[in-house]
Amino acid sequence: MKFSLSWLKAHLETDASLTEITEKLTDIGLELEGLENPADALRPFRVAKVIEAGPHPNADKLQLLKVDDGSDEPWQVVCGAPNAKKDMVGVFGPPGTYIPGSDFTLKPAKIRDVESFGMMCSARELELGDDHDGIIELDATAADAVGQSYADYANLDDPVIDIAITPNRQDCMGVRGVARDLAAAGLGKLIPLDGTAPERSGAGPDVRTEDPDGCPAFYGCTVSGLTNGASPDWMQARLKSAGQKPINALVDITNYVMLDHGRPLHVYDVSKLNGGLVARKAVDGEKLVALNDKEYVLDQTMTVIADASGAHDIGGIMGGAETGSEESTTEVLIECAYFTPENIARTGQKLMLTSDARQRFERGVDPAFLDDGIDIATRLVLDLCGGSASEVTRAGTPPTSQRSIAYDPAKCLLLGGVDVTEDRQKEILEALGFSVDGTWQVTVPTWRRDVHGWQDLVEEVIRIEGLDAIPSTPLPRQAGVAKPTASPEQLAERKARRAAAASGLNETVTWSFISEKEAAPFGGGTWSLANPISEDLKVMRPSLLPGLIAAAQRNADRGASSIRLFEVGRRYLESTEHPTIGLILAGAGQPRSWQNGAATKFDAYDAKAHVLEILLAAGAPVGKLMDFGEAGDHYHPGQSATLRLGPKKILAAYGALHPNVTKALGLKGGAVAAEIFLDAIPVKKKSGHMRDAFAPPALQAVSRDFAFIVDADLAANDLVRAVKGADKKLITDARVFDLFEGESLGEGKKSLAVDVTLQPTEATLTEEDLKALTDKVVASASKLGAELRG
Amino acid sequence: MSDIETIKDTYLTQVAAAADGDALEAVRVAALGKKGEISLLLKTLGKMTPEERQSEGPKINGARQAVADAIAARKDAIESEALNAKLATETLDLTLPPPARPAGSVHPVSQVMDELAEIFADLGFSVATGPEIEDDWHNFTALNIPDTHPARAMHDTFYFPQTDDKGMPKLLRTHTSPVQIRTMMDVAERTGGDGEPIYIIAPGRTYRSDSDATHTPMFHQVEGLVIDRNIHMGHLKWTLETFVRAFFERDDIELRLRPSYFPFTEPSAEVDVGFSVEQGRRIIGGDARSNEGGWMEILGSGMVHPNVIRNCGLDPDVWQGFAFGCGIDRLAMLKYGMDDLRAFFDGDLRWIEHYGFDALDVPTLSGGVGA
Repeated sequence: MKFSLSWLKAHLETDASLTEITEKLTDIGLELEGLENPADALRPFRVAKVIEAGPHPNADKLQLLKVDDGSDEPWQVVCGAPNAKKDMVGVFGPPGTYIPGSDFTLKPAKIRDVESFGMMCSARELELGDDHDGIIELDATAADAVGQSYADYANLDDPVIDIAITPNRQDCMGVRGVARDLAAAGLGKLIPLDGTAPERSGAGPDVRTEDPDGCPAFYGCTVSGLTNGASPDWMQARLKSAGQKPINALVDITNYVMLDHGRPLHVYDVSKLNGGLVARKAVDGEKLVALNDKEYVLDQTMTVIADASGAHDIGGIMGGAETGSEESTTEVLIECAYFTPENIARTGQKLMLTSDARQRFERGVDPAFLDDGIDIATRLVLDLCGGSASEVTRAGTPPTSQRSIAYDPAKCLLLGGVDVTEDRQKEILEALGFSVDGTWQVTVPTWRRDVHGWQDLVEEVIRIEGLDAIPSTPLPRQAGVAKPTASPEQLAERKARRAAAASGLNETVTWSFISEKEAAPFGGGTWSLANPISEDLKVMRPSLLPGLIAAAQRNADRGASSIRLFEVGRRYLESTEHPTIGLILAGAGQPRSWQNGAATKFDAYDAKAHVLEILLAAGAPVGKLMDFGEAGDHYHPGQSATLRLGPKKILAAYGALHPNVTKALGLKGGAVAAEIFLDAIPVKKKSGHMRDAFAPPALQAVSRDFAFIVDADLAANDLVRAVKGADKKLITDARVFDLFEGESLGEGKKSLAVDVTLQPTEATLTEEDLKALTDKVVASASKLGAELRG
Repeated sequence: MSDIETIKDTYLTQVAAAADGDALEAVRVAALGKKGEISLLLKTLGKMTPEERQSEGPKINGARQAVADAIAARKDAIESEALNAKLATETLDLTLPPPARPAGSVHPVSQVMDELAEIFADLGFSVATGPEIEDDWHNFTALNIPDTHPARAMHDTFYFPQTDDKGMPKLLRTHTSPVQIRTMMDVAERTGGDGEPIYIIAPGRTYRSDSDATHTPMFHQVEGLVIDRNIHMGHLKWTLETFVRAFFERDDIELRLRPSYFPFTEPSAEVDVGFSVEQGRRIIGGDARSNEGGWMEILGSGMVHPNVIRNCGLDPDVWQGFAFGCGIDRLAMLKYGMDDLRAFFDGDLRWIEHYGFDALDVPTLSGGVGA
């Protein structure tokens, strides 16, 4: 909220400096957001008098002026303004002055061969208004002020303070409320309101409320025989400081009372009304064109102000376009009503309509200020527009009952952490308008709808006392070294992340939401935003891969040759969110090198290597994993697989991405990828630190190689499993170390060589033992059609 | 000079002249072999008189030893020369690049989350998590933000068409505060409403429908929550000061609490941290009151509102505490000097390599949590 310093001082009698005021505002929770002095840009401009005006020798539409701005010598100025004439007093910018409205700095110049120094300015050039038809013409009395800074002459030296009002403080959505808070904080005295009632005669208008739920009170009066026109300078200046554009006196008065007191009002042109006004619920489908010229379709939960012809006001939010006041208005009905905050909030949300009035009503205006509000407005109308006012009709009753809170001043220390004396607490609360009785029963002022309990009272006390006064107090702390706090899942995730980074992958963070197009190859998303920020960020990702594919492509576009990215994040499926690690490898696996020649592409084995490394770090029982297919349709059908602990317990899927997927998502050149499903990894329960006792085998392990010719489509791991199964006691490991495919083996055949580790336990293996073992291995392998290679 | 001396000198000369192992072996055989000249001389000792033996024995044995030593020395020298010659042929150009072993990295957001976990673990806080797709109750209502509350408008919430069991649309959490609610409700359920002390932080992704130079629709927040008996704002202030000083690893950091408003805390405070300018860059800490120094807002905080505690099934007359919420991305930017939030979510490898962290940069208290 913005207001000028002079406006604030109309309510606050203070000697405080501007800095003291702005710092105090922030200290008490009315955060300073900006501070501007419109005079700053206008300081170099001076009140100046045209002492000579004559024709320009070379141009019909230009004049040659001699201008006295109080300097020793008058300035010669070439001027194109039609209203420039001798003896006129205006605003002069000497050479070197920056013209804010035109964004340039004046320099001496020759205009049509005649030298010109400085400029007589229009209102638009000084950003004081829209007028650019001629230069500013000051009152003739301004001649006495020639040479004075225009900013001083016109009282423009009035800083504008901009503060943020938190949603609980509707009482500070008027300048007077801000002044009250500052006074309570010791920065001056709140100047009492002028309580003079305006002169009233004649019956009040026919106003009623048929909607005590939405509009419990509707006060109204008329002023007839008035003349609308421009509002006075002081009011225009204040409205401008608040960022409001002056329109006409009647509109300006309603805006002014709202900004001054936080009290929204509405003014109807009586000549446009058809009989009395009633606050009622709207009829479903009822339409109204509001002051913003938009048509709103209302429903029966919304309150309107209507006459016999229909609704003219979305109660408490925005008036109708048809019945507002105009320059020609001679009789008005002033509405000062109380609208129920919750109803206003719902109506505003439904209509997606915000307004200054809605902001105030939905936060709760002072229900005890209706009489003051309508009197202040009436008095301003009478003062500025003349006419005569009717009595006030008061329909309904505003909810003015005051909350009372049992307070214990000791709570200030117990919750606020700062010891403030009882007397000081009482002083603060009373300055804020609370009343405190001898038993510390505290009555909340009607304008503080936000104060409910003793905690709020502690806040009032400490915010005025200053949060700086709260001493830092260490938390209670257990003796000794801090206990570990991370859960097994958190530890597994941390280790997995570090392992992925250690294995050469770069961690990235991509959006949780992707486009429908990106989600489609991954089964589409269940969770699609109703109000996405764009179509690209719409669907909660069912997989981490689309985001990684997009990131990979962005890097490829920037010329990256080898892209290794991973992300730790969630997949969002119908029932729940799954912590997942996704990784993508694109571009060159090994760069071309003097040792290995041309660059190699990543293949599915690279993905598998990363997956196993990460799974191991995350504590998965890697030795027990089974290779399965069915990695998903987004993978290459022949170059992808899953690693599982059982048919349904999938720990990871990896492989080359399906060319259709990379093509659809715009990743050129293909890529391999993987996803590790962290929540499928069995949680390792920590049970002490003891390891099993170390018992190295007494006998040396023996290694034997077997080469088998098998069908080309036999999975290597099937053969390894068969070999291991030949003697589960003796064989401790078996590993494929050679793969050979060649015509010599026969069509559809390949050779797999397996290195088998044997660990004798009781005695060194004899030739007979080894022969028996070999027979068992060959027999076991032969069940898969494997023949020992000769 | 006796013969023996001449013989010895002859062989020593031959040993010195032997160019390779074979030549040396020939000399050895000629001198010390079974029928070598010196070997034969040794055999003559047996036939000598004791007097002759006493005078000739040492001479002949001395000659044998001298030649044997010379041969051994020469053998070492020849082998050494041969090895040196061989090594000379094996020279590698070690200015050539070794095989590439690509380095990976950890994203600054993860790094900072680990730093936070480490610092707060020392203060006795554990890490709590919760869903990102939330319901209205946990994200708003339980946090004392009913559906007509004007603060809702400040949240720019993303909604889903799906509704929860109360018929309210599901949404993306706008802050990590729902984790407060879930944690307190769990405790209330587990203890039958009796309650127990709660010390948690809850880092995670949060979402608001907002996108400009300093806002992204997805960002990271960390929530802190302490619920205990007799916790007050002084504890909040101390915790935040302790955290900020540990995080930025500077003792000269000042905090400024300003009264503010959040529906779920009462009293509420926004927290500014003092900064100064060092080498042209804004640094957290130093003299905030100096010409170039100042304050910047880093987090929101307050004492948990009694309605919130009550909504979770705990007794606000028994339990009270504080909560705070802070942007993790922003903490990372302030500590490590990134200037563009949007780059956090782009995956640009150049940025990652510049701002990312080594896998081994695990934050520790002994080593300092910063990397």
